[in-house]
Amino acid sequence: MAWDYIIQGFKEALGLITQDYVIEIALRSIKVSGLATLIAVAWSLPLSIFIGLTNFRGKWAVKGLINGLMGVPTVIWGLILYLFLVPKGPFGALGLLYTEMGISIGQALLITPIIISIVVNSLEAIEVEIRELALTLGADEIRASFQVVTESFGGIILAIIAGFNRAIAELGIALMIGGNIYVKGGYYNTRVLTTAIQMYTVRAEVSIAIALGIILMSIVLGINLLSNLIRKWLS
Amino acid sequence: MSFIKVIGLTKSYSDTKALDNVSLEIEKGEIFCIMGHSGAGKTTLLRILALLEKPDSGEYYFDGTKVDWNDNLRKSITMIFQIPVMFNTTVFKNVAYGLKIRNYPKNEIRKKVKEVLELVGLQGYENRKAKSLSGGEKQRVAIARAIVLEPKLLLMDEPTANLDPTNSAIIEEIVREIVREKETTIVFSTHNLFQAKRLAHRVAHIYKGKIVEVGDTKEVFENPKNELTKKFINGELF
Repeated sequence: MAWDYIIQGFKEALGLITQDYVIEIALRSIKVSGLATLIAVAWSLPLSIFIGLTNFRGKWAVKGLINGLMGVPTVIWGLILYLFLVPKGPFGALGLLYTEMGISIGQALLITPIIISIVVNSLEAIEVEIRELALTLGADEIRASFQVVTESFGGIILAIIAGFNRAIAELGIALMIGGNIYVKGGYYNTRVLTTAIQMYTVRAEVSIAIALGIILMSIVLGINLLSNLIRKWLS
Repeated sequence: MSFIKVIGLTKSYSDTKALDNVSLEIEKGEIFCIMGHSGAGKTTLLRILALLEKPDSGEYYFDGTKVDWNDNLRKSITMIFQIPVMFNTTVFKNVAYGLKIRNYPKNEIRKKVKEVLELVGLQGYENRKAKSLSGGEKQRVAIARAIVLEPKLLLMDEPTANLDPTNSAIIEEIVREIVREKETTIVFSTHNLFQAKRLAHRVAHIYKGKIVEVGDTKEVFENPKNELTKKFINGELF
């Protein structure tokens, strides 16, 4: 029976979820993508606030570029980063290729346009009315802008969650920059959930691929649930 | 000099002239109504008086001082919008916002917010989420948030346009009370002639960006001098 193969895979997967090896990979995924999200937020938030709250020449072009960058496939990001990070590339001396930090920086670049786009949209949606309200109540321009950012907190949370989910679920950068390296007890391991799922699927070891898939989906759904709870609490 | 004096205000948006050489004088403690059709320029005039926009040309004097749009006068003027905007927080924090900016001590903020919520009939609403209130309640919070600051000038842009008659009557009573108790100067806009008649000491009729008539409410309604005002009052101006 065709279904037996999948059902058997799921049964075995449930036993594998608690294995140290699987947990180690899951924790590395969270660590690498969590760091990527922190890096991306650090540079995206100030940029988003600037784009969302100021009027400058060519703003539409900048927003168009950011929206366009959201559609760049992860393998293209992976290829570009690889070319920059190989030992003879412009940033080869940094030694980031095949490292966790290399994946984090790559994923940070990948999710930057997503975070900027969501934050800018949420700022622009309320900017005029909140800014004017604050001004009419005696705030100066800086305080009024701060109030707009505060009121956009739900959108900022959404952007961070969307960014993390995109980072943890991508494969191209993790594979091309991380290299899916794994040595038991090794210090330089870069295997994460997506690269492991890809590898075990290709090897037809479906049980462990399913186990890793269940963990990845649980993380993504859990984070989404948390984000919904936070946004509900905020509203 | 009058409390508010504007001379030759002009403002255009692209090809549309929203205000065309508007001059007005408003006295202290007055309830002054700017009446006119939608798109006549009422909101633009109020936004300039609120320092939210700069005119293309013209002068604005506030309590004897020439306004340069860069000074601290904002703390003397507040504006209530047609559709009340609420901060995404409690009624208390909404009303306390302006007081916090002015660095009032916490206990005084609590006292003032309590008093003003009683004045607008929203006592006990302190911890309610402002965004979850009804339209009429939101407008009362907006009024409380403005008058707690005891502004010298309170501007209201069609404050009851989206409210039912009961809530409109409550708002009108609050406005009368503010003028009685605080001697605040109030300038409001409306296309509701009955409201203008009921509330205002003086009215100005604005038509296509121009003030076509100004005078005592009774005089303007009973004996309008301008042909356009006559037609507006008789409902014949389209």
